[in-house]
Amino acid sequence: MAEKKNLPIGGVITEAGTAHEYVTGGWRKLKPLLDKGKCTNCLICWVMCPDSAIVVQDGKMIGFDMEHCKGCGICAEECPDKVKAIKMEEEAG
Amino acid sequence: MAITMIKGQVGLTGNSAIAYAMKQINPDVCAAYPITPSTQVVEEFSSYVADGKVDTEFITVESEHSAMSACIGASAAGARVMTATSSQGLALMWEMLYIASGMRLPIVLTDVNRALSAPINIHCDHSDSMGARDSGWIQIYSETVQEAYDNLFQAVRIAENEKVLLPVMVCLDGFITSHAIENISLIVDDDIKQFIGEYKAQHPLLDTDHPVTYGAMTLPDTYIEFKRQQSEAIARAKDVVSEIGKEFGNRFGREYGLMEKYKLDDAEAAIVILSSAAGTTKVAVDELRKAGKKVGILRPRLFRPFPFEEIAGALKNVKAVAVLDRADSMSGFGGPLFNEIRSALYELEKRPKVVSRIFGLGGRDYMVKDAVQVFDELLGIFKTGKIETLMKYITL
Ligand code: SF4
Ligand code: SF4
Repeated sequence: MAEKKNLPIGGVITEAGTAHEYVTGGWRKLKPLLDKGKCTNCLICWVMCPDSAIVVQDGKMIGFDMEHCKGCGICAEECPDKVKAIKMEEEAG
Repeated sequence: MAITMIKGQVGLTGNSAIAYAMKQINPDVCAAYPITPSTQVVEEFSSYVADGKVDTEFITVESEHSAMSACIGASAAGARVMTATSSQGLALMWEMLYIASGMRLPIVLTDVNRALSAPINIHCDHSDSMGARDSGWIQIYSETVQEAYDNLFQAVRIAENEKVLLPVMVCLDGFITSHAIENISLIVDDDIKQFIGEYKAQHPLLDTDHPVTYGAMTLPDTYIEFKRQQSEAIARAKDVVSEIGKEFGNRFGREYGLMEKYKLDDAEAAIVILSSAAGTTKVAVDELRKAGKKVGILRPRLFRPFPFEEIAGALKNVKAVAVLDRADSMSGFGGPLFNEIRSALYELEKRPKVVSRIFGLGGRDYMVKDAVQVFDELLGIFKTGKIETLMKYITL
């Protein structure tokens, strides 16, 4: 964070990609769990996740960025009915 | 509309003069939704766009909320942006007015003053712009068509001044000024171009080599700092308004200050009043002066920021003051201008007596005899040192 008295006027953020520094994982009440055996790597969850928290490597869904996943459950909801590879569980449980 | 000048003079309505000033300013973007009594501003300006007389991108929108939203987007993108509205239109922009000022976007809006509903009314009063008085916009009130025309160019300079960077609202009275034809002097296009210069936004959204974010959320750790920045900027605007008013005078022969004082120096009684009604009051002052009565007028031109020290200085020797508001703040304690003028005088060692008179709502005529009556009352207060009626409605 810049010195308070040097804050850019009007609240403009003058750098790109700063959302990454804002760790939203702490907001989570539920956490997503992936069943790798069921996942078909269709990547619908990657498209739908509002926090870009689905981690994909070489075209394969490999898990979640837990620093940014807010636990909204959209990925579990959107994972196709015939697959249902993501389950939401209580964070603390 | 073809405009023919004779010896540098031309007869124009307030609305046509504003549209013509906008044509001369040639803003990058105009987003507007026409509403009475400012309709002709948008109508005539859109003709200039259609006829290729300006380079402006004209955005037709479905409401004033969208008009101001589009202005905000365009201004954040780095464009010079203008719009115009009245009454309910300004009210519908409310949410976005605060966003324009908070994001420090130098948008220029003409508000042709009109009463707010209910009951519905299309005629002049100041309830629309007075409702927006805390929205962080600079507000300049114009007495005449000439002043409204001149104010628009100054507004561009004030808004874009790097010490300010805030939106500016230029107000003129609905119908009284917007629809009356006045003989005014126009400034030639090249001189306007030179006076306003080019606008270079500091952080334009469209500069993809330097990506920026507008409108991000701030939490309790920074929000108050941004508001303090904004508050300091609008306070600084006062001197900028004076400097630009002077520069305008040097270049074009018509100088503008924070306020106009009319026969105020030796006045015992004074009326404080905004916009066109000051003209009517001047006739009353001239008549009363002929009868040997020491009366005068203070017409604030800049209302936001509020030049409280200068106002106190101007009224310090007056004994009785009536603040005439063309709006009611519905506080049970007089009009908005009354409250601020009275508060500005509080620091004086010897304070004048100050009363509130609310007049002319919804376009009710305010006549010379109304002003004379107020002055008579004030001279009574001057004699007795006693206020009989602190607040009341006149022109009933
Ligand atoms: S729970 Fe929500 S935030 Fe977390 S990975 Fe799924 S969609 Fe993204
Ligand atoms: S939506 Fe389901 S199946 Fe598709 S990649 Fe995500 S977890 Fe795998």
